[in-house]
Amino acid sequence: MKKTLSTLALGVAMAAGPAMADLVFPSLSYRTGPYAAGGIPFADGYADYFTLLNERDGGIGGVMTRLVECETGYNTEKGVECYESTKGEGALVYQPLSTGITYQLIPKVTADDIPMHTMGYGRTSAANGDVFSHVFNYPGNYWNGASGVVNYLLEANNGDINGKKISLVYHNSAYGKEPIRTLEELAKKHGFELSLLPVDHPGQEQKSQWLQIRRDRPDYVVMWGWGVMNQVAIQEAANIRFNMENFIGVWWSGAEHDVLSAGDKANGYKAVTFHNVGRDFPVFEDIQKYVVDTGKAAGAGDQIGNVLYNRGMYAAMLAAEAVKTAQEIHGTADITPAMMRDGMEALEITEEKMAGLGMPNFGPSFTVTCENHGGPGLVGVTQWDASSKTWSLISDFKPTDTEVIGALIAEDSGAFAAENNIESNCK
Amino acid sequence: MFYREAGDFKVSYQQDSQTFPIKFDRYRYYAVMAFAFLVVPFVINDYWANAILLPFLIYSIAAIGLNILVGYCGQVSLGTGGFMAVGAYACYKLMTAFPDVSMIIHVLLAGGVTAVVCVGFGLPSLRIKGFYLAVATLAAQFFLVWLFNRVPWFYNYSASGQISAPERDVFGVIITGANATATATYLFCLVFLVLCALIARNLTRGTIGRTWMAIRDMDIAAEIIGVNPLKAKLTAFAVSGFFIGISGALFFAIYLGAVEVGEVFGINKSFLVLFMVIIGGLGSIFGSFAGAAFLVLLPVVLKVVGVDILGWPTDIVAHLQLVIVGALIIVFLIMEPHGLAQLWRVAKEKLRLWPFPH
Repeated sequence: MKKTLSTLALGVAMAAGPAMADLVFPSLSYRTGPYAAGGIPFADGYADYFTLLNERDGGIGGVMTRLVECETGYNTEKGVECYESTKGEGALVYQPLSTGITYQLIPKVTADDIPMHTMGYGRTSAANGDVFSHVFNYPGNYWNGASGVVNYLLEANNGDINGKKISLVYHNSAYGKEPIRTLEELAKKHGFELSLLPVDHPGQEQKSQWLQIRRDRPDYVVMWGWGVMNQVAIQEAANIRFNMENFIGVWWSGAEHDVLSAGDKANGYKAVTFHNVGRDFPVFEDIQKYVVDTGKAAGAGDQIGNVLYNRGMYAAMLAAEAVKTAQEIHGTADITPAMMRDGMEALEITEEKMAGLGMPNFGPSFTVTCENHGGPGLVGVTQWDASSKTWSLISDFKPTDTEVIGALIAEDSGAFAAENNIESNCK
Repeated sequence: MFYREAGDFKVSYQQDSQTFPIKFDRYRYYAVMAFAFLVVPFVINDYWANAILLPFLIYSIAAIGLNILVGYCGQVSLGTGGFMAVGAYACYKLMTAFPDVSMIIHVLLAGGVTAVVCVGFGLPSLRIKGFYLAVATLAAQFFLVWLFNRVPWFYNYSASGQISAPERDVFGVIITGANATATATYLFCLVFLVLCALIARNLTRGTIGRTWMAIRDMDIAAEIIGVNPLKAKLTAFAVSGFFIGISGALFFAIYLGAVEVGEVFGINKSFLVLFMVIIGGLGSIFGSFAGAAFLVLLPVVLKVVGVDILGWPTDIVAHLQLVIVGALIIVFLIMEPHGLAQLWRVAKEKLRLWPFPH
């Protein structure tokens, strides 16, 4: 039986071989499992933007795009399977939307010469392009996020948070542990007290953590959650009547579905962000016209304009712009993954470019260089309004503590380079 | 006709007690081995290695290990995920502490460490049985995962709490890290699987295996006829732990390369390996292979059929997969409680009489 099944699978793998002359974008999405609530809008936004490019512009530079979706369920083993099954199709860039899968793929993509873009997640020290040649995390990373939270709190307290108590509620995984080091450094620098409250996968069980918070009475609670954990945490915070004004999440803990279930009690909950929110951009008219009205919207089509939909669309936009840059550099429309990497490394996003795409002020303007794969790390703050059910930007995109973050990035990437004998990539 | 004992004369005790007494079986076994060692390595590519064959080989080792404990010795264990984590972390600590030592030794030592831990958690089995033992091993599962998350020493104080396998070679051939070729990783795991299966097969046919089965069938009777339950149960835990530790080490170092303990070695892993053993067949080495193949291949086949051929949305296929796997487990438990191995056994019995069934 084993053999018949394998031969069947082999035959199928052959039959589904690569179609030529497409720009292939694999989408390692997760529409199932405890993290699906976040995975669906992101995957929809990512897919819809490429559909828009095909429908409106006839692809990028005259070459059609093709999205290959593969369900990972936020599971690293399935992530490996997805990576192996899609890379043969000429995948240009991987965006796994999972820190666990990112860690897995960093050595693989480097060996296979395919770039990977981990926007606002993944391994933070990949911002050092000198060490991580094929990994990009522009325009912002976790440590920018952590510093952005602290900066916002500094601002709210007139520059002094000495002696304040801050609790970090985090997903007990590589993802949730990432900000700890930065927050510890910042705690030393600004004199606040940091206490750590891990929540185990998938995060439905948080009673003891919130009991602890009720006992400790921290001034602020910072959350590094994802998936079902966010909803539960916001509900628990509402249950212990924690002031939502003082509860602030990272950008993965700040979407509609996270706060809706807690109803009015979630009013005032905040989250940092690295891109703009809402539907108030011209690009959404095009999406309505070319994608939704033609019946080509991905998924159920009900996520358009959500925070994570916008993020997926933003990721797709940055990928498409990198393709254009690569096409210019190499003078060919049908680019390879290696050319895509060059395009990403030379990517320049300006205000005019974004306005031309119908996304004015959607994200920061930035330039990627060989040394800096991390972008500027500008962080804004959004707040939830439960009555109108919208997120709105309450603090504009501001620079973060690059001094602390830069030192940590240099340290962590240096350790990685030493461990893996990586020569300098930029000289 | 061709599948029968008749005409195949055994002239020595060795021949009489060989693993495959029937000639056809023996040649089939040689053919499979030749295919696995001489053909597959030359046609294998990254997809086949990383998506299908490596998980199959590694889960087979884990299933053999668990089958010894559950199928042969009757001690129910839900701690497989935790024990695999012990193997993985032991291998990681050894790999990073002694970079010059061969990976073969590291993997074997990781198995040894797991055996010791497994015996430690097996001690309660001398007092408690059945469901209560399952709960005790469940405690091992949660404790071990918590331990590897909590104590930074285990993950060398890395910022993310993940462990990543550095590049290591065996006889100059790179077998861990991204630069390892599909052929090298496949052969490395295959060698371990073949050795483990040979050891397991011969252990279960000998004195130790017979004491395990005596304990499984009726422990009081076994004790009366002179089987030492302490020795029998603890050797089962040790041997099982050794195999599971090897599988955990390979799972981390060769297959995934980077591991997050809560996600990869969680309770789901324990159940998955237990399902492999139950679907494959309790108390059968072939069953361990069949169960591992079934549960590794089925999701891939369903995905290929659903997404690549029929073009259905990925989420629907993923949900269907849960439904189908769940339904098949129930169907198997009702229709064939002894697993795929029993189907194989029945097929062989029929084949022995074919083409004259009466």
